[in-house]
Amino acid sequence: MKSYFALILAIAVIIGASFLTPMINDYVLGRIIYVGIMISLAVSLNLINGFTGQFSLGHAGFMAVGAYTSAIVTTYLSVHGFAMAGFTGIVGFAVALILGGVLAALAGLGVGIPSLRLRGDYLAIVTLGFNEIIRVIIQNLDFKIDGTDYIGGARGFSVLPITTFTWVFIIAAITIFCVENLVNSTYGRGFLAVRDDEVAAEAMGVDTTKFKVRAFVVGAFFAGVGGGLFAHSNFHITPLDFTFLTSIDIVVIVILGGMGSTVGVILAAVVLTTLSELLRSVPEYRMIIYSLLLIILMITRPQGLLGPATMERLMRRRRTGDQATPQKPLIAPVEG
Amino acid sequence: MQFLQQLINGVSLGAIYALIALGYTMIYGVLRFINFAHGDVFMVGSYVGYFAATSWVAHFFPVGSLPSTILVFLISMALCAALGATIEFLAYRPLRSRPKLTVLITAIGVSLFLEYTGQLVFSANPRGFPAIISNRPIIHTASITIDTVELVVISLSLVLMLLLRLIVMRTKIGTAMRAVSFNQQAASLMGINISKVITFTFIIGSALAGAGGVLYGTEYPSIEPLMGILPGLKAFVAAVLGGIGNIPGAALGGLIIGLVETFVSGTAASTYRDAIAFAILIAILVFRPSGLLGKREIEKV
Repeated sequence: MKSYFALILAIAVIIGASFLTPMINDYVLGRIIYVGIMISLAVSLNLINGFTGQFSLGHAGFMAVGAYTSAIVTTYLSVHGFAMAGFTGIVGFAVALILGGVLAALAGLGVGIPSLRLRGDYLAIVTLGFNEIIRVIIQNLDFKIDGTDYIGGARGFSVLPITTFTWVFIIAAITIFCVENLVNSTYGRGFLAVRDDEVAAEAMGVDTTKFKVRAFVVGAFFAGVGGGLFAHSNFHITPLDFTFLTSIDIVVIVILGGMGSTVGVILAAVVLTTLSELLRSVPEYRMIIYSLLLIILMITRPQGLLGPATMERLMRRRRTGDQATPQKPLIAPVEG
Repeated sequence: MQFLQQLINGVSLGAIYALIALGYTMIYGVLRFINFAHGDVFMVGSYVGYFAATSWVAHFFPVGSLPSTILVFLISMALCAALGATIEFLAYRPLRSRPKLTVLITAIGVSLFLEYTGQLVFSANPRGFPAIISNRPIIHTASITIDTVELVVISLSLVLMLLLRLIVMRTKIGTAMRAVSFNQQAASLMGINISKVITFTFIIGSALAGAGGVLYGTEYPSIEPLMGILPGLKAFVAAVLGGIGNIPGAALGGLIIGLVETFVSGTAASTYRDAIAFAILIAILVFRPSGLLGKREIEKV
């Protein structure tokens, strides 16, 4: 019950904060919205990569499916006289996002099933391959309905910019809520078991196959919703927004934050997105810093900056910190 | 006779993929991990070839003359070998006993590092690769044209592959390589210096990638820092197709990928060209994960 309360509280705070957004200039607001989208994407990828231990490099592919699906829906609705503002706008956008998420989840199912026999590096390359296949397919789609361009192949697709601060952060909160509750439930322990030792998990009666596919489906659903938000925060999307380099951006966030640590990943999303904003004028440096971060992190601290073990230690310290004085050892150490 | 011409084009593209795929497969053989950065070593090979041909060697021999061409290849192979060994020493060696995922992420990091350092140093704009092999048609009929570049690409790849086979099968270090790939622990107990063998594997694999880079530049004369990504991934698919860890398999896989890609480019589905390799990868991993020539590995608990 505590987590439901936290979710409602978070949504209330977000709605409260949304009244302050007119005070921020548009550019900064756009960046804040982008951070929120990255949080959703990274937290959902963390379910696949961090909690279930299936290294996926295809998150941008799921994003693309969600982005294009929801953009088609909103464009269709607005062209056919459905007001995309006010209450009807909220309903229309919600329907579009959910549809995008559902189609992305189907794509996740499609990736999950053939990937079951693969692990580690093979899985990484196959998901990357799926990402590229989805992108190439989109690049080849271009059609008109009643004189309006849809998808538009390599030229890109004009999208209504209707993503707002409130939408993005409420969805980020829901994503965090779902992923956290899922992995902390009795049922969700299966994900962690698959990650920690697949053979042992199977011996204990965990259906590892089903858990892997579920991780992909749930992760892809939220990636699709995140993709929908991303599409509607831009005026224009092209297939090049969803190459595997975008996937790598999200992967870097998950790794830096610590695979399997939601708090770490959220912090990493904020820090890295801000960092890349600061390095906007020199994009090469951004990627060089990212790549060096990856290499150095893997050599010195493979669990990420705030991996699950670190988080647990911090929590424990806070809890035991209440006891007034540090405990003295019962037997004094022998000196000399 | 469009078919014959496509066949020649496909074989020459496949030969380049095969050269890169050999590096993937050899490194996988000894270390059991995919060196993501291999495609970028290939890119560096192209750039070294570019600078060697246009400035370093150009002081002594005119571009396109035989000594210049030979020197360009040798310099590019040597520098790539050094780069490969350095990458292994700095990034992969500290991680040798770590989980595979850690090494994989490091490899992605190295790959991104090479790509974007390349953009910084060489600039992101494409450059025209110099004509280091003067291109004339050798066979020229109504139906088919084979020019010098294609001939050199195919024959040089063939020579390098035979040389590699000779090294692996006939020399002492080659035997050690096979022993390490068969069973690392047992090899080390027999007194084989594992680190030395791994370094040697990286040197050979990267040198082949360097040669591949120069050949690619000669055949498709526009090079840029991100050019290594797609050929690298396709060569990886070739290695998996042939059976990863298997040297003749990599050559066969490269040839198949090159041919399929060329034939797809010639049809109406040409825009799907870049997706075809991945579709092959997914199909092969689902139906025959050990590849065409690979042997099935049993996982022991």
